[in-house]
Amino acid sequence: MLNATLSELSAALGARKVSSVELTRQYLERIARFDRQLNAFISVDEAGALAAARRADERRSRGDAGPLTGIPIAHKDILCTSRLRTTCGSRMLENYVSPYDAHVVAELERAGTVLLGKCNMDEFAMGSSTETSHFGPARNPWDRRLVPGGSSGGSAAAVAARLVPAATGTDTGGSIRQPAAFSGVCGLKPTYGVVSRFGLVAFASSLDQAGPLAKSARDLALLMNAMAGFDARDSTSLERPKEDYTRSLDTGLKGLRIGLPREYFGEGIEPGVRRAIEEAVSWFEAQGARRVELELPNSALGVPVYYVIAPAEASSNLSRYDGVRYGHRAQDYTDLADMYCRTRAEGFGAEVKQRILVGTYVLSHGYYDAYYLQAQKVRRLIARDFAQAFERCDVILGPTSPTTAFAIGANSSDPVQMYLNDIFTVSAPLAGVPALSIPCGFDEKGLPVGLQLTGTYFSEARLLAAAHRYQQSSDWHLRVPKETPL
Amino acid sequence: MSLTPDDVRRLARLARIAIRPEESGAVLDRLNRVLGLIDQMRRVDTQGVEPMAHALDVVQRLRPDEGRESDQRELFQSVAPAVEDGLYLVPKVIE
Repeated sequence: MLNATLSELSAALGARKVSSVELTRQYLERIARFDRQLNAFISVDEAGALAAARRADERRSRGDAGPLTGIPIAHKDILCTSRLRTTCGSRMLENYVSPYDAHVVAELERAGTVLLGKCNMDEFAMGSSTETSHFGPARNPWDRRLVPGGSSGGSAAAVAARLVPAATGTDTGGSIRQPAAFSGVCGLKPTYGVVSRFGLVAFASSLDQAGPLAKSARDLALLMNAMAGFDARDSTSLERPKEDYTRSLDTGLKGLRIGLPREYFGEGIEPGVRRAIEEAVSWFEAQGARRVELELPNSALGVPVYYVIAPAEASSNLSRYDGVRYGHRAQDYTDLADMYCRTRAEGFGAEVKQRILVGTYVLSHGYYDAYYLQAQKVRRLIARDFAQAFERCDVILGPTSPTTAFAIGANSSDPVQMYLNDIFTVSAPLAGVPALSIPCGFDEKGLPVGLQLTGTYFSEARLLAAAHRYQQSSDWHLRVPKETPL
Repeated sequence: MSLTPDDVRRLARLARIAIRPEESGAVLDRLNRVLGLIDQMRRVDTQGVEPMAHALDVVQRLRPDEGRESDQRELFQSVAPAVEDGLYLVPKVIE
């Protein structure tokens, strides 16, 4: 049961083979058994989870259950919850309990899911390894010496270790897809505006999107059915009719045009990653998909552009942490300005401070045009590359990350080396298009490799269908790490 | 272009972040590495390109100008570091 997909769990709950309370207990036991080593959770809510599971079981016996009713989940600790603290991985919000629930939290609760706890993450989602968390690094269940990726590393590690069947994450430059790849699970970043950002602690508002992490593409689709939809409380939420993301799952691959950007298969990709990706591409071709060679000439500029725009927006968003209305406040200070400066010096970690300083610089007088405005212009060039590519292909395939998971501490001394991990993931949020990562094999060290599928705006159902077909004839997504046996 | 220790002090002041003198060398080094990365995009010819502020071309929604929120001051202030009589307490700013 612990390795079952959401649809299998849902069927078992429906057939009364298992109750939500029993399922919830099983997962809570696994958290108690393994999370001391993995540090995937910041908060675990045993009592709240069991109460929610009882409510779900009652709902089911009333005949009022949906596909997710009674399914245990976890949220990235960036999504506000009124019953559990929301730390954002930061000392600044260490004891913060939100007065309200995020839209995504409320929708998944309405669907009847059972919240087990909140997952570890890079502080304010700034990182690619979950090492910048105030609560210590999360660890990769495939090898505990390695990072699980980031920033949604706790969510990815928890799903990989089968501590929870599914979790939420957020993606600003790759923070759902890269940890999904490093941890051997599936993760989807939706089109910008499809999932409400209400109650999502803001990092870079023009890029942030919440999305699901789970074991299979079908599971992602089921979660998206609950998470997506218009919300008037987010000014960038799109007014679109509700979609059924499972609707095309059984579509075949014949005639699907798969785009292979030259830039995604160049230098700097580990041989084990390249081999797994090329094998996946051959599989798609064997199913009747057609290969389209193309170029995304500005993709190398994605990382530099991202590291202007995201810090700029962050420096503005994070100015709200002033020690006045909520969050940490320094003990000793001389006057108001000193209170701000000390509160922020104590409350933020080194990476967050560094990004705020970069953002402050690129927005400051005399530099705005050369940095921020220029970055916004190059951002349009990147979006145009995608628009042109999607005239010739339906889905772009490539590696999610140039490497598999790296060792804890390996990239901490040089920020640029860390940032370059995001080379294949930053472009989708800059353009606003959807992208997902699924497991497609292992490298010679036995570490999972992620295959990234990128599509044009609102093509989530098509991406999920292609991923689902792949998973119908592979079992990479069902492999369980040896360190966390079932 | 490289930042100087003076630039770091100025940015820290603008960002309201206290930086201890013993940290400033490491901060400067890391900022300069990041700016080195960012500089790659400054050389791109973007003449005539419209800046892209947002992923999708959508206009802001408007709603009728009617009050919708109820008074939740107590709830919101329950998470504040220091409040009194419904007011947030801060160090004295006017002598």
